[in-house]
Amino acid sequence: MTETVPGPDAGTPLLDVAGVGKSFPGVHALREVSLALRPGRVHALVGENGAGKSTLIKVVTGVYRPDGGRITLGGNEVSFDTPLDAQHAGISTIYQEVNLVPLMSVARNLFLGREPRRFGLVDVRAMNAKAAKILADYGVDIGVSGVARPLGSLGLGAQQMVAIARAIQLEARVVIMDEPTSSLERREVLTLFEVIRRLRDADIAVLYVSHRLDELYTICDDVTVLRDGAVVHTGELAELDRLRLVSLMLGRDMAQVRREGVTAFGDHDADEAVEPVLVAKDLTVTPKVSGVSLSIRPGEVLGLGGLLGSGRSETAKAIAGGLKRDSGTVTVGGKRLRRGTSAEAVRAGVVMLPEDRKAEGLIPSLSVRQNIVLAALPRLSRLGLVSTAKQDEIVDYFMKRLKIKASSPDQKISELSGGNQQKVLLARWLCLRPKVLLLDEPTRGIDVGAKAEVQKLVDEFAEEGLGVLLISSELEELIEGSDRVVVLRDGAAVAELSGDQVNEPELLRALASEPAEGETDE
Amino acid sequence: MSTTSLTTANPESPSPPPVFLPSRRDRILGRVQNQGAIAVLVLVVVIASIVSPGFASGANVLSILVGNAYPALLALGMTFVIISGGIDLSVGSVFALGGVLASYGSLHGGFIVALLLPIAVCGLIGLAQGLMVARAGMAPFIVTLAGMLFARGLLQAISNEGQNTYQVPDSSIFNKLGQGSWPPIITVAVFFVLGGILLARSRFGHNLFAVGGNENAATLMGVAVARTKIWVYVLSATLAGLAGLLNASRLGSGVTAIGVGYELTAIAVTVIGGTLLSGGAGSVIGTTAGVLLLAVIQNLIGQYISQYGSSASMAVNGAFLAVVVLLQTYLSRARRIT
Amino acid sequence: MSDVALARGGVDRARLLAWLRDYGVYAAIVLLVAIATILNPGFLSGSNLRVQAFQLVPTLLVSLGMAMVIATEGVDLSVGAVIALAASLVPLYLGYNAYIAIAVCLVGGVVAGAISGLMVAVAKVQPIVATLALMIGLRGVAVIFNGNQAKPVADPTFNAIGIDSVGGIPIMLIVAIVAVLIVLFVMRRSTFGRQLVAVGDNRAASTLAGLPVRRVLLTVYIVSGVLAALAGVLLVGHGAEADPANQGLNIELSAITAVVVGGTPLTGGRIRVLGTVAGAVFMQLLSATLIQHNVRNSFAQMAEAVIICLAVYAARDRSGR
Repeated sequence: MTETVPGPDAGTPLLDVAGVGKSFPGVHALREVSLALRPGRVHALVGENGAGKSTLIKVVTGVYRPDGGRITLGGNEVSFDTPLDAQHAGISTIYQEVNLVPLMSVARNLFLGREPRRFGLVDVRAMNAKAAKILADYGVDIGVSGVARPLGSLGLGAQQMVAIARAIQLEARVVIMDEPTSSLERREVLTLFEVIRRLRDADIAVLYVSHRLDELYTICDDVTVLRDGAVVHTGELAELDRLRLVSLMLGRDMAQVRREGVTAFGDHDADEAVEPVLVAKDLTVTPKVSGVSLSIRPGEVLGLGGLLGSGRSETAKAIAGGLKRDSGTVTVGGKRLRRGTSAEAVRAGVVMLPEDRKAEGLIPSLSVRQNIVLAALPRLSRLGLVSTAKQDEIVDYFMKRLKIKASSPDQKISELSGGNQQKVLLARWLCLRPKVLLLDEPTRGIDVGAKAEVQKLVDEFAEEGLGVLLISSELEELIEGSDRVVVLRDGAAVAELSGDQVNEPELLRALASEPAEGETDE
Repeated sequence: MSTTSLTTANPESPSPPPVFLPSRRDRILGRVQNQGAIAVLVLVVVIASIVSPGFASGANVLSILVGNAYPALLALGMTFVIISGGIDLSVGSVFALGGVLASYGSLHGGFIVALLLPIAVCGLIGLAQGLMVARAGMAPFIVTLAGMLFARGLLQAISNEGQNTYQVPDSSIFNKLGQGSWPPIITVAVFFVLGGILLARSRFGHNLFAVGGNENAATLMGVAVARTKIWVYVLSATLAGLAGLLNASRLGSGVTAIGVGYELTAIAVTVIGGTLLSGGAGSVIGTTAGVLLLAVIQNLIGQYISQYGSSASMAVNGAFLAVVVLLQTYLSRARRIT
Repeated sequence: MSDVALARGGVDRARLLAWLRDYGVYAAIVLLVAIATILNPGFLSGSNLRVQAFQLVPTLLVSLGMAMVIATEGVDLSVGAVIALAASLVPLYLGYNAYIAIAVCLVGGVVAGAISGLMVAVAKVQPIVATLALMIGLRGVAVIFNGNQAKPVADPTFNAIGIDSVGGIPIMLIVAIVAVLIVLFVMRRSTFGRQLVAVGDNRAASTLAGLPVRRVLLTVYIVSGVLAALAGVLLVGHGAEADPANQGLNIELSAITAVVVGGTPLTGGRIRVLGTVAGAVFMQLLSATLIQHNVRNSFAQMAEAVIICLAVYAARDRSGR
C-alpha cells in the first residue's frame, strides 16, 4: 500500500468476535476463532474451501448460532437470531450471488421495506429519483428511467453495486463482502474498490472475503487466515508477502502433522510419445474460464492447480459437458465432441466425478447397486430390461475392488459414509471403462483411510491406461498424484509444470505469482 | 455515521462506471412480455371492428363487458396469487359458494348477512389455504385443489346436494346490488383500480413481487414472507366470494352449478396478460387486457360459429395459454432475467 | 439426559411419519373394510365388490400414469381432458370397428401426452402449466368433436369391454391388473424405470451421468396420456355413452390423491406402484362406504379434501432437499 495506514491497534474494534466455536454433527467447523474489525479498515478473510470462512460469516450475520464465545458490536454483546436482526444492528452482508430480486425494478430492490411514501402509498416518482441519485454515486449512472427497469436487465456488476448500495443505505456500520468480485469484470472490480475506499473513509468496517490475491493486496489493510476452522494468522496484510500468505492458507508448515507421511500415490510416468486421448483447445466459459487448453495422454494424471475460484471446476465441467462452452473444442481419441452435452461426453468415454457429491452425483433414494450401474444401464440391458446377472456381476466386482463398505448392495447410498459414497460414484464411472476420468476434489470430506484408498485406485486405473484429470486443493495430493500440473489463475492457464518441476516450491510460486501486466495499484 | 459522507465522490475516481444498460433487443423483448396482451387486444379489436360491423356497436361492447364483469374479479385475485409464485385452483368453487351463501343469507338474515356471510366464510377458506401453503410448506396447487373440492362440498351441503336454489327475496335490497348494465362494470372497474394501486403502489405489493421473484432474497431483505403469502390467499378467496355474491345479486339466486372451470379461465387470462407463472412479475393492467382479449374472442366465436360457443372458446383459451406460456419461457430465457 | 430423550422422541416421530407415509394406506384399508363390514355385513359380497371394481378401474389407470409423472417431480393435470378426448373420438370411429376406435383413442392419448411432454422436456415449461393448458383446451376440442350432448354408444364389442366378465372377473379389472403388472415390472426391472426415478430424484446428477433426461420426461407424459385414454375407452364402454363434457371431470384430483395417499412424494424421486393402487382402492372404498351409509355426498367430498391435505402434509419432504 502506498498510503500510510494506521496500525491495527488504532481504534477499538467495532465488531469483535472472541473465541467463537461452532460444530456440526461430526465436524468442528470453527474452533476458538477470534476476529476484530476496526472502523475505517478493510479486513481480508482468507482460507481454502472448508477452512470455515462461510461458517464464520454465517455466525456473525445470525444465520447460525455459535456454540461458544462472544460477539460484541460497538462494545455491546450481541446475539442474532436471524440475518434480519444482524441487519438491523448494522451488519450488512453482500453475498457472492446477488441476493436481490431480478424481476423487480432497480429502485424497488434498493428501497424494499423502506419505500418513501405519500398518502400511505409508495411514492414511486420520489423513490426512482432518489434511487437514481444514490446509484449515480456508486458509478451506476442509469438515470430515472434506468432505475425503473428490472434489476436483472443490468449487468452483474451493476447488480452487485445495487446490492452494495442497498446494504450501505441500511445504516450499516459493518459491511461483509463474500467474494463480491467473483462475477465482476475488471472495470466493475475497480469501481467496487472505489466504493470500498469510500466506505473506509466513512469509518465503516469492511470484512472482505476473496481468493484473488491481487485484490486482497490492492484493497485490504488487515488479514485473518483461517485453516481447518481455526485462525492461523492475523495481522497487517502489508507485512505478509504473497508466498507466505499462500503457504499459510494451504497449511504447509502443519502438513506433517495432518497427513502422516505421504499420500498413497505411486510413481508412474506416462509415455510421452503416446498420442493424447483428450485434447481441449481454447475452452471459454465466460466469465469463469477464458481460453484454457490442455491435453491428457492415456495413463497420465494431469493435475489442474489453482486457488479456489481460479476456474478449475468450470474447466473440468466444460470438458465433460456439464457447463455450456462459449467457445473452444474438445477432442477425444481424434473425434471432436460437437454437441457439448454430458450424454455425448459419457458416450465418448469422458466422465467426471463432480466436486459436490450431493448435488451433482448421488441419486439419494436409490440403492448402492442402482447408483453404480446408473450410467451403464443401457449397456447392461436388452430390450430395455436390466440383466440382473450382468448387473450383479459388475456391482460385485467393483464393490470388492473398490472395497465399498455397505451392508449390502441394496443399502441406500444416502446411508453410506462420504468415502464410500465417493467410491460408489467412482464405480459408476469405472464400470463404463472410460477413456478419461475427470476428478474434482475426489478426496474432499472423506476420512483418511478412504482417502488413501481412493488415491491408490486412481493410480491403479491410470496404470491400466486411463487418462486422469485431477483437481485438488491439497498440495500434496496434487503434487504426488500428478505427472504434470497445469496451473490456472482467473480462468486462464498461467503455468505448466512437468517432470521434476512438479514439486511444492514450484507450485507455490506459480500459485502466488504476480500477474504479468502491472494490474495491481501498487 | 451517515450516508452523506459517501455521496461525496472521490474526484480522482479513475474508473468509468461499469453500467450495462439493457440492449435495444432486451428492451423490445421486455416490452413484448409486459405489454404484448394490450397490443394483441388492440389489434383484435381493430380487426373485429372492420370485419364485423356489429362488433363495435354500443350494445355489443356493453354485453361483452357485463358478461365478463364478475368472473374477472377471480382473475384479479389470481394475479396476486401467481405473482407470489403460487396458484389458486379453488376460486371457481369459492365463487359458486359465495353466491349460494349470499342468497342463503339474504333469505334468512337480510342484507347485512348476505354481504358478510360469504365474505367471512370465503376469507376463512383462503386463510386455511394460506396457512397450509405458507406455514406447512405444502404445494399450492394441491392445497387449492383440495380447497376446490371442499368449497364445492360445502356448497352442496348448504343447498341440500345442490337441489335447493335459494332465491333472493324480491324485496331485499341485496337484489338491487348487481342489477343494470353499468353498476357491475363500475363496481368491477373500481376493484381493478384498487387492486392495481395495491399491487403497484403499496408496500404489500412490493413485498409480493419480492416474495415471488426470489423468496430467499426477500427473507434476507426483511420481508415477512409467510405473512405476505397468507394474505394473498385470503385476498384471492375473498375476492372470489365477493364476485359470487355480486353475481348472485345480479341473478337473484344462488346457482349451485356455476363456477366450474372458472379457475382455469382466470389463470389463462392472468398469464395471457403477461403475469409470469413462475412468479415475481405481472400487472393488473395486463390482466385487464387478458380478460378483455378473451372476452372479445369469445364474443367473435359466438357470432361466427355459435353452435360451438363455449367449447370453442375453451379450446382457444387452452391454445392461447400454451402459446403464451411458450413465448414467455422463450422471452425470459432470451432476456436472461431469471 | 433430557436432550437424549428428546432426540430419541424426534427419531421415533420421524420414523412413525415415514411408516405412515409408506404403509399407512394399507392399514387404513384394513381398518375401513373392518368398519364397513361391521356396519354392513354385505360389504364384502361379490356383487358389491364388482360394483366397486367398475368404479375403481378408470381412476386406477390414470393414477398409475400420474404416479410415474409425479416421480419425475412433475404433475399431469390434463388426464381428465384426455379422457374427454378419448370419449369424443369413440363415436367418430366406432363406425369402422371397435378395435379401430380404441386404437384411435390411444393414439389421441399419445398425441396429447407428447404435447405436454415436449413442453416440459424440451421447452422446459413447468409441468403444472403445460398440462393446465391441455386441461383447458383439450376438453373444448373434445366437445367440439362430439357436441354438447352425450352420445349413446351401442357397439356390442365395445360395450363388452366395459361390462362383461371373464371367469367372473370384469374385463375392466383384468385390463387394470395387467396395466399394474406392466408398470410394476417396468419400474422394477427396466432401464427406463431406473432412469425415471433418477431424473426425478436428482436431475443435475442424472444429466451429468449422461442419462437421456429429455427422452425419459417425454415418455412419461406419453405413458400418462395413453393410460388416461385407456381409462376413457373403458368409461365409455361401461357407461355405453360418450359424454366428453362430463366424463373424467376432476379425475386428476382423485389420481393425485391416490398417488400421494399411496406414499409417493410430490417432490419426486420415488414411486410406489402398489401404494398407488392401494391409494386408489382406499379412496374408492371410502366414498362408497360413506355413500352406502347415507352420508351426504357433500360431506364425503369435504372429507376427501381433508384427507388429501393430511396425506400431503405427512408426505412432505422434510429432508430439506
